[in-house]
Amino acid sequence: MMVLSRPVAIACLATVVILALVPLTGQAFFVDLATQILIYALFALSLNVLIGYSGNVSFGHAAYFAIGGYACAILLTTYQWPLIISFPAAVVLAGVSAAFVGYFCIRLTDIYFAMLTLAFSMLVWSVALKWRDVTGGDDGFVGVAVPDLIAGRNSYFYFTLIVVTLSTAVLWVICHSAFGRTLVAVRENRTRAGFVGVNTRMMRLVAFIVAGTFAGIAGALLGMYNRGMFIENAFWTESAQVLIMTLLGGMFSFFGPAIGAAVLYLLNVYINEYTEYWPTVLGVILLVILLFLPEGLVGLAKKLRRGTGSA
Amino acid sequence: MLTNPTFLFVQLMNSISLGMNLFIIAAGLSLIFGVLRVINFAHGAFYMFGAYICYSTIAYFAEGPGSFWAGVVAAGLGLAILALLIERGLLRFLYDKEHLMQLLFTFAIVLILGDLAKIIWGTDQYSVPYPAGMDGAANLGISYYPQYLLFLCVFGPVLAIVMWLVVDKTRWGRIIRAATQDREMLAALGMNVPLVYTSVFVAGSALAGIGGALAAPRVAVSPGMDTTIIVEAFIIVIIGGLGSLWGSFWGALILGIVTMYGTVLVPDWEIVLTYVLMLVVLLLRPWGLFGRPELESH
Repeated sequence: MMVLSRPVAIACLATVVILALVPLTGQAFFVDLATQILIYALFALSLNVLIGYSGNVSFGHAAYFAIGGYACAILLTTYQWPLIISFPAAVVLAGVSAAFVGYFCIRLTDIYFAMLTLAFSMLVWSVALKWRDVTGGDDGFVGVAVPDLIAGRNSYFYFTLIVVTLSTAVLWVICHSAFGRTLVAVRENRTRAGFVGVNTRMMRLVAFIVAGTFAGIAGALLGMYNRGMFIENAFWTESAQVLIMTLLGGMFSFFGPAIGAAVLYLLNVYINEYTEYWPTVLGVILLVILLFLPEGLVGLAKKLRRGTGSA
Repeated sequence: MLTNPTFLFVQLMNSISLGMNLFIIAAGLSLIFGVLRVINFAHGAFYMFGAYICYSTIAYFAEGPGSFWAGVVAAGLGLAILALLIERGLLRFLYDKEHLMQLLFTFAIVLILGDLAKIIWGTDQYSVPYPAGMDGAANLGISYYPQYLLFLCVFGPVLAIVMWLVVDKTRWGRIIRAATQDREMLAALGMNVPLVYTSVFVAGSALAGIGGALAAPRVAVSPGMDTTIIVEAFIIVIIGGLGSLWGSFWGALILGIVTMYGTVLVPDWEIVLTYVLMLVVLLLRPWGLFGRPELESH
């Protein structure tokens, strides 16, 4: 297993420390912002296991985000289960759903894979929309009973920080283990990976489950943060947004998607102060990435560094 | 209710008129995919623009006679021009990129066009009346039925046959079919492949515009109609088979039937039923009912 290179390790540590200091500013706005960025960063990181590491573009990743979020919210509120059970149960449910869907999706590749994941996520969306008694339908599931211990703004932020940091660490280990390396081999050349004895379908399925499970964690965090889950969180546009985050940061680097999530989220917040036309801005950002920055911000940074190095 | 023959008949007619309206949109999506291999998320936005343009044209002519049909033509032309600009200006630079890039490109267009529609038409809901001369009901023996919806039931099959004749019997159609098979070979034979791409994208998008204009009297013209229709169009082409004309036709009809009877059999859950239907098709025949299995690209 590879260890973190020193600069990356320092950057990670610094990021966590700086984030941990955010509540000291006393600004509720910053704490809220940091909490949401952390959640979306984890969501984007989870998607990248599928895209960056195994090369399968899911267009329905919001499904597991929503399943985790709704399940945790419903178990906490409707069933009054303690957090220590509801949270893991919701994550397991997201993982099991991903296993079920993945079992079917991995038979297909490329565009058909994307379509099938989209189809399953729309099935989840339609169930969440219509199963009014349980999910609240298009009113959303509101009034989530968050335990007192983490009900405060700052305490919830620290809870999120701990969960996201631990999850990211686990994801890092997974992606840099022999398993992660094999996934990259499958992405690069499935036929050849198969020839050397890799069960490529099984590898893709496991990647799908890992991605879904961690998306479920992010979803559960979001549901508790918002004190509610909403139908938009399951819609295909949510899947598209997290894809854009991943792409913006750069899907060929582990931390890229987290950076993409942070940049996109900050842009969203600041641009919304000036104009209501955030979608147009997002669309233009996307066009710029597609036409000029195929490897995202991380790719750009690498290119710039190489450029100044040789000059 | 299900034992009432009149009701069953009206639901059948509703299924067909809905299905045929959806077919116009799905046919364009499928045509574009067949040749360009691009899944165009913006197709729903084109549909929405078609409906808005139709509404504005009718308003411009102060709802005079024939203003609706002028609106349909304007929607087709308007979307053709818009599609030409998008394809020549941006999309053509992405043909050699991965599918993901093209998919996301069309999503960027969705975002931008959605806002553009809000800037031009605001967020109000508009309703478009049935066109003059088709605002009555026709006596079909078993029951009366709105003339305009009856027109849709006829227009769909006519369009399908015309498209089939063009694709199957004309020189242009042969070139289009050749482009779906092997674009390099077509270029090697001296065909202007970029021109084929542009014209197919323009024609497919014009169909979305016309479909939107024709849908305008049926639905509320409002923001958000783009994201719902695109999912329906996807369901149709998945069921029927991506790139297959008759697949879109039967897929649209099946979706129409499932939606209309589902509303009665499982009220509120018909939308879930349509997704289940699509999943069953995808699992049994991933390439759709009328599609051909693709060679897996490794």
